[in-house]
Amino acid sequence: MDPLDLVGAEPGPARTVLFDGRPVPALPGQTLAAALWADGVLAWRTTRGGGRPRGAFCGIGQCFDCLATVNGRPNQRLCLLPAEHGDTVTTQEGHGHADLEV
Amino acid sequence: MPTSKSEPSGGRAEVHDLAVIGAGPAGLAAADAAAGLGLRVALVDAGSRPGGQYYRHPAPGLGAARPEKLHHGWAAFARLRARLAASPLVDHLPGHHVWAAEAGVPGDGERPWRLHATRGPEAGDRATVLARAVLLATGAYERHLPFPGWTLPGVVTAGGAQAMLKSSLVLPGRRIVVSGSGPLLLAAASSLVSAGAEVPAIVEATSYLGYARGLPALAGNPAKLAEGASHGARLLRRGVRLRRSSAVVEAHGTDRVTAVTVARLDARWKPVPGSERRIACDALAIGHGLVPQIELATELGAETVTGPDGAAALKVDAEQRTSVPGLWAAGETCGVGGADLALAEGVLAAHAVAGRPAPARETATRRRRRAFAALMAAAHAPGPDWTSWVTDDTDVCRCEEVPAGEIRAAVEELGAGDARTVKLLTRAGMGWCQGRMCGPAVACLSGDGGGGRADSRPLSCPVPLAQLAQLAGPVEPEQRRRD
Repeated sequence: MDPLDLVGAEPGPARTVLFDGRPVPALPGQTLAAALWADGVLAWRTTRGGGRPRGAFCGIGQCFDCLATVNGRPNQRLCLLPAEHGDTVTTQEGHGHADLEV
Repeated sequence: MPTSKSEPSGGRAEVHDLAVIGAGPAGLAAADAAAGLGLRVALVDAGSRPGGQYYRHPAPGLGAARPEKLHHGWAAFARLRARLAASPLVDHLPGHHVWAAEAGVPGDGERPWRLHATRGPEAGDRATVLARAVLLATGAYERHLPFPGWTLPGVVTAGGAQAMLKSSLVLPGRRIVVSGSGPLLLAAASSLVSAGAEVPAIVEATSYLGYARGLPALAGNPAKLAEGASHGARLLRRGVRLRRSSAVVEAHGTDRVTAVTVARLDARWKPVPGSERRIACDALAIGHGLVPQIELATELGAETVTGPDGAAALKVDAEQRTSVPGLWAAGETCGVGGADLALAEGVLAAHAVAGRPAPARETATRRRRRAFAALMAAAHAPGPDWTSWVTDDTDVCRCEEVPAGEIRAAVEELGAGDARTVKLLTRAGMGWCQGRMCGPAVACLSGDGGGGRADSRPLSCPVPLAQLAQLAGPVEPEQRRRD
């Protein structure tokens, strides 16, 4: 039994997103966080202070732990964003604005 | 139900009779009942699909033939959703996160309530909803008590594990320990095993003996007992063990959780030395019940009451009216009590807004379910000594990475005696989540136990500056005179 069997899901064809350059399949309607979980990935950010790994925690957009850089825009909550074909997700280091540092 | 992408953000928008914030059980029931009584309703919701967290369901693209497999009470949701979709009186505004409410002047058609919402990151992604009355049905968020290792990837909230499963049909791992306190743990574990996960243990901090003190409330709520029993039976069939009076006191791993240490707790929730056991797992789902999400109302000065679990909830009268004229509340915002209670209170609030007498059935449901909710909150209230498992190097504030040692130093060495002072000294609770994840814990570590005070959040979610800037319109003449 898996979650798809449980609800008798017959999803359309998977799309492909890129996580740190690696292709990851995403079923239509899944969030980016879900696609990464399904692929066994639990972390896609390192913290500002300790540089420690983080991923989805609350799963509903409240904790902001699941931030990552999506299509070049940092600090996106992957638990809220539907995965679109060709999305590129990059592990976010710290606040994600290293390009602005002087 | 016409689904608009947004209300026009400039110009003169329609003034609805009622704006309902939140499309979970309370909000859906209220919108449905209000439309049935002839009111024009705006149903404003942060989610992309109606249902809130309780009725969260797979995205259409996943083609789920049997979504009800992940739900109690799916039929009630399906009925409500269908009726709302067919109603010409309800405007559904999905993807609208209301970040502040400006009170209107009752009886003054020129001064309606103004709800400010954000729809995305761009400057143009803002919206304003106007209404003569507002119903707050924003539900609740989970309470967490930190422990060493709780920031490791693979440690997720029990509600979050359920949410990801219900909406995207995924699991965080294959062998998932479920830990914390409260009935949500049983529901979450039950969903996880149904979806194929192995749950080596449910670790519940209370003894469940607290329920024995409320036999009349239990007897009056056979449906709640049946729901608990159905989860219990499923878990028993799968050989899932419920460890009562126990807690996960540490999660192990470097890049992700690989095991947890479970200890027995005494009556004050202090771990019993020598009782530790290690359980291997690849995920851990945690939660200590729910906290009402009420800042949109408390920022307007709405009065609150403190529940038996120490959490602040909105004070409402028999007609679900808050202390702010024109603002009603229903469901978890009035004290966490579950979906049936929320459905009933939504209907009651709608009748009150429409000036109709309260229906008897919902009034009776509310009385029974409120009694059960009080019993449940008391039974699962955190014991005073849970902080003893929090080592000084445990990050309590996940966003700002503030360890317990810094909070303790602020209290013991700098004399901070409440969560607000601790926050100013340490930044605990000052991050992205606005203290939702660490608030109850910081309050306990600060020694004020929260005091039942509602957290202050002038903006209920982060709002892009570009959207705020657009609000700064010309100052109104009378305001200029006052200045």
